[in-house]
Amino acid sequence: MSDKFTKSMARNIFIGGSLFFFLLFLGLTFDTMSSLPKRDHRENITPQVASGKMLWEENNCIGCHTLLGEGAYFAPELGNVYKRFGENKEVIKAFIKSRPVTGIPGRRSMPQFNLTDQQLDDLAEFLKWTSEIDTNNWPPNIQG
Amino acid sequence: MKYKSQAVAKLYFIAALVLFAAQVIFGLIMAYQYVVGDFLFPEIPFNVARMVHTNTLIVWLLFGFMGAAYYLVPEESERELYSPLLAKVLFWVFLVAAGLTVAGYLLVPYAQLAELTMNELWPTMGREFLEQPTITKLGIVVVALGFLFNIGMTILTGRKTVVNVVMLTGLLGLAVFFLFSLYNPANLVLDKYWWWWTVHLWVEGTWELILGSILAFVLIKTTGVDREVIEKWLYVIIAMALITGILGTGHHYYWIGTPEYWQLVGSVFSAMEPIPFFMMTVFAFNMVNQRRKDHPNKAAVLWALGCAVMAFLGAGVWGFLHTLAPVNYYTHGTQITAAHGHMAFYGAYAMIVLAMISYSMPFMTHGKPANSNKAQIIEMWGFWLMTVSIVFITLFLTGAGILQVWLQRMGTNPESFMAAQDSISIFYWLRFATGWVFLAGLLVYFYSFFAGGEPKEENA
Repeated sequence: MSDKFTKSMARNIFIGGSLFFFLLFLGLTFDTMSSLPKRDHRENITPQVASGKMLWEENNCIGCHTLLGEGAYFAPELGNVYKRFGENKEVIKAFIKSRPVTGIPGRRSMPQFNLTDQQLDDLAEFLKWTSEIDTNNWPPNIQG
Repeated sequence: MKYKSQAVAKLYFIAALVLFAAQVIFGLIMAYQYVVGDFLFPEIPFNVARMVHTNTLIVWLLFGFMGAAYYLVPEESERELYSPLLAKVLFWVFLVAAGLTVAGYLLVPYAQLAELTMNELWPTMGREFLEQPTITKLGIVVVALGFLFNIGMTILTGRKTVVNVVMLTGLLGLAVFFLFSLYNPANLVLDKYWWWWTVHLWVEGTWELILGSILAFVLIKTTGVDREVIEKWLYVIIAMALITGILGTGHHYYWIGTPEYWQLVGSVFSAMEPIPFFMMTVFAFNMVNQRRKDHPNKAAVLWALGCAVMAFLGAGVWGFLHTLAPVNYYTHGTQITAAHGHMAFYGAYAMIVLAMISYSMPFMTHGKPANSNKAQIIEMWGFWLMTVSIVFITLFLTGAGILQVWLQRMGTNPESFMAAQDSISIFYWLRFATGWVFLAGLLVYFYSFFAGGEPKEENA
């Protein structure tokens, strides 16, 4: 690197540049926070949806599935599963409920989580709410 | 090794390597589950294996960074470590906490672990990479604070160099952004938004500072190039890393409910994220070409150069591959992401820790600057076996990902997820086979520590 470009100039670019872009990031974050309510429909987050999210977390669903494309890539995307299953919570519940305890020979299978009917309902409500988030039209099709 | 207290790093490096082995073994288990879905089911279901795989990765890298800091900071600061005792105590606290957490993952169902650790009081579990019980997360905060205090006091009362100050800045950032892992709102969009403040601002932000400072240290020591030159490079590289990487966070905000303008911001800035990695490669090769001495530890130089190249390929090129919003629309959450993840983590972070271990371990085991020729050749075999395997694992996952996108998300009759997975299973078989070569490389690498022979002296 050229001698005219000194170490202190490099340091100033580092400090000034990072500070500037971090402040810009904070500004955009502030703007995002104020526009999110219209996109996430938080008015629909009932205690049931919140409890569904907690069940989602406490059973580590993200360890196999993606949710809005984030997670593991071992099992289907669930951000739009409510729509894929015909906007029918009962189908979701029946699917989770019917997983065989010892799996399916040679195939991937979801574990049997022994959830109660109330829990299944909460989880389905959470997946329904998730499917209504404005994701800029992602995923590209119903398969997720 | 100029100061006695640097030797505390050895503990950290040994723990890091043991956890690395665990990570690879669980990776192999998962790779097999990808093709034989019921392997170890229901005892070790995929989600558990994955938690162990990713969490041991994170923890071994943290052990590696801490070890690197304990070795590098006294030497740069020209004084003994502020408190070697604190470093040892925190080591055992961290190791026991990590061990208990992994045991918890493996021994009880995750829901029961959540119950046992009273997750409902402060729910933070069950989010990717942040699966640790809340109590473990708090433990990590305590260890990080103690560690930063120890390192900070050593630097503040000693010589301040660009290398140790940049490292301290990176470590401080690591600790600060980890705090976002303790925030988990019921609103999934907010949860995801702030989750990235830990995950992205770690790996595409503060960790790059740590990476840069370790690389600079190893290059100063092994090439003898003037510190002024290396430090200028370091500043420019980390400046570019943060200038592109902070707003580059936007590439995670395309499809999670956040506004559309992130598609523009994220695409523009993350498209520039390869620049600092490219500079790192140019930097490393330039310094080695301009070297003022021939350091006898050829293996360490190989790791440093390898790290720069593989970080550029894995983080830079494979990151760019799917970072533009119109491309990411189709590739988001597919095997393309997994491909990028594997080469980026190995290239940037695993390799820099291994470079530091390679450089420092000879001093800590026999006080000479380099292992015997024989040991170094074995170590280099380990380097090549692991590095070539990760390249192939990445290529196979990329093949799988491209086909997955095509079958599942494009075309007129898109297949279901599982149908597409069946169609691409050949790539998973190839990845699984390559995983064994990686494990073989790791074992060869481990063997190099016991190969013996006459340690090499400093070249005249």
